[in-house]
Amino acid sequence: MIKLTNFAIAATETGRAAQYGEGNPFLEWAWLIVIVPFLAFLAIVFFGKRLPRRGGEIAVGAMAFVAVYAAVLFIMNVTGGVEFVGDPVEVGKIGTFAIEWGWVVDGLSSMMYLVVGLLAFLIFTYALGYMEGDVRVTWFFAAFTLFAGSMLLLVSAPNLIQLIVGWEGVGLSSYLLIGHYWEDKENSSAGMKAFYVNKVADIGLIIGAFVLAIPVGSFRISDILTAVVDNPEAIETVAMVGAVLLFIGAMGKSAQFPFHVWLPDAMAGPTPVSALMHAATMVTAGVYLVARMFPLYAEMAADARGLVITIGAITLIIAGLLAVVQDDIKKVLAYSTVSQLGYMVAALGAGAYTAGLFHLWTHAFFKGLLFLGAGSVIHSVHSNNMSDMGGLRKPMPVTFSTFVAGTLALAGIFPLAGFFSKDEVLAAFNHEGYTAVLVIGIIGAFITAFYMARTVFLTFYGTYKGHGHPHESPKVMTVPMMILAGLAVVGGWVNIPGLYTGFTEWVGTRAHPIAEHHAESFDWPVLAIGLTAALLGIVAGYLLYFKDKQTQLERDTFRIPLLWPLLEHKYYLDDLYLGGIVNPIKGPIARFVNWTNSYIFDGIVNGAGFLARAVAGVVYGVFDQRGIDLALNGLAFTTDGAGGKTRLLQTGKVQQYAGATVIGAALLVIGFVIFR
Amino acid sequence: MLLNQFLILGALLFSLGIYGLLVRRNAVMVLLSIELMLNAVNVNLVAFEAFLQNANVGGQIFAIFVITVAAAEVGVGLAIILMIFRNRTSANIDELDLMKW
Repeated sequence: MIKLTNFAIAATETGRAAQYGEGNPFLEWAWLIVIVPFLAFLAIVFFGKRLPRRGGEIAVGAMAFVAVYAAVLFIMNVTGGVEFVGDPVEVGKIGTFAIEWGWVVDGLSSMMYLVVGLLAFLIFTYALGYMEGDVRVTWFFAAFTLFAGSMLLLVSAPNLIQLIVGWEGVGLSSYLLIGHYWEDKENSSAGMKAFYVNKVADIGLIIGAFVLAIPVGSFRISDILTAVVDNPEAIETVAMVGAVLLFIGAMGKSAQFPFHVWLPDAMAGPTPVSALMHAATMVTAGVYLVARMFPLYAEMAADARGLVITIGAITLIIAGLLAVVQDDIKKVLAYSTVSQLGYMVAALGAGAYTAGLFHLWTHAFFKGLLFLGAGSVIHSVHSNNMSDMGGLRKPMPVTFSTFVAGTLALAGIFPLAGFFSKDEVLAAFNHEGYTAVLVIGIIGAFITAFYMARTVFLTFYGTYKGHGHPHESPKVMTVPMMILAGLAVVGGWVNIPGLYTGFTEWVGTRAHPIAEHHAESFDWPVLAIGLTAALLGIVAGYLLYFKDKQTQLERDTFRIPLLWPLLEHKYYLDDLYLGGIVNPIKGPIARFVNWTNSYIFDGIVNGAGFLARAVAGVVYGVFDQRGIDLALNGLAFTTDGAGGKTRLLQTGKVQQYAGATVIGAALLVIGFVIFR
Repeated sequence: MLLNQFLILGALLFSLGIYGLLVRRNAVMVLLSIELMLNAVNVNLVAFEAFLQNANVGGQIFAIFVITVAAAEVGVGLAIILMIFRNRTSANIDELDLMKW
């Protein structure tokens, strides 16, 4: 039984005690949310191929279950507040450290369950249409289900070990899915890149987990946070180091600078994978980790927060700029995701827990929608490049209108979802006094609006540049897009300062409540500037990519002065990693290995071979030929000779035998007589 | 009880048997010599029985066994000799060296 006294006291302090807790059957059985996807994964692997949809129906069914269950939990949280940690199941023990499996249902995790379950359900449904007739559909759905299941395992984790297991499961399944079309070397190396970059960052997470767990004596997040909150001075250094290390892990999964390089390459996977990975799973894992461990950052590690907000601010601006120069529509959205994650991370770094999660919430809807829209376009024109698109407004009206809704939501135009969340993030920067970050955030808002306007104008306006006949996608794809478009519009209305602050309460219901400032009303100056920046971005996009006929004809000739070469080469980061890390390591290692191989190992092997030959020669010449052969031949010869001689004894004359017998008997008798 | 006379008789008979066994050319005579040796042994068995006066020695019984086995052996031996004689019109044992190397 987990001690709940601390939490209960803390919860009453915030004024919202959870109405549903221990003993509620829905919460006691919430582990089904995690188990069902894994069972579905096994079912798809074993039986998927025999089904008419080749396993897709199992995946969609499992996700429908998760979505419905998560919706029930979410509604329970909305109406009364949910807080459940439950009895963990002990799986194993390392020394005194118990390895446990459990499930947490509180405001934060029920919000994540809903986001993951709902997005996964819609995207899986979409994937039924998108992946139809694709290679390895069964395997795709199996890995996809594993992906969602791992994410749910991560979200439900009450301890860091389970979180790491889910975390690595997400990494593994993302690797499988990014490299889905592994026939192209590029795609499988993109999968490997994602895996390796994440793995480097995961080292931080794993070491951080141990750094925190060992002084506390438990891997349970509640124990660690209790220790951190109740006993600040004793483990100050530990908390600081642990917070930074955990954040390094979060930077990898949430694609923060300088680990963001894997994410654009991850676009090599099928579009539904990108949609789920960027909207609900994987990239939100890092944000979720920081949010889950938020008291650690909020109370203890003020310096760690400085790092968090700095990283977030850098990421949001550099990724936003990169999105401007991409031709691949999915890469625009990928860099956009990185940039938006920068907002979330920076918000959490600034101490604005709700703002960061609120942006995660709205972002999940509109970014999922934008990816599905991009997938719909790609499905139709068979190209990722916007230079092959254009004028798709007419043949694909549903895709167009939903994509525009997503674009406006992402750009932060009133009253769509992104407006409220981005405004809350910016207001938090302002309130906490991070003026520089606020400026970066506003510039980021401008850039966001600009590149999204560019994307819309290049894709849906002008004249069609590609080959083939674009057509609207089937219903199984457009309906999820329409649902998401609805959510992208209304998703932000759950947290309007001064009017309705439901979301703040929902995610505030948690084991370790968060002390943060909640705005009573809009921060009007920031709101005005932010909205203006977004509108200016759209206008700039309109002027450059729609109004300017020259640009429109030449396609994308606009070059940002000064920054262009830098952006074109992605800040030379990939080159830096390749040239600065991978090759210097790879080169000398390869050379060293080659050298040791040709001189030492070859020497050893050749020497051993030579020696073996010499020994074998001696053995052959001396032992075999002269020794063994001589002995055997001699034996045979001797036997032959002896037989030749002795057989003459067998004369066939019975009386000779009888005589010999008599002589022998006589000798025996004489012997007995003499020697008795 | 005079044991020695019987033992000397047995030894003489046995030696005569060996002599006949080794030197006679006729196969029938060789068989007869074997019978002579067997009976020499029988004399010894019976003599020791009578000399030791011990019911457990059972010399007479053994003599009866030897006579029985000898009768069977002679039957088989004579049959073989008869067949050989029919094939080769000779019972000369020196010529019967088919089993040599």
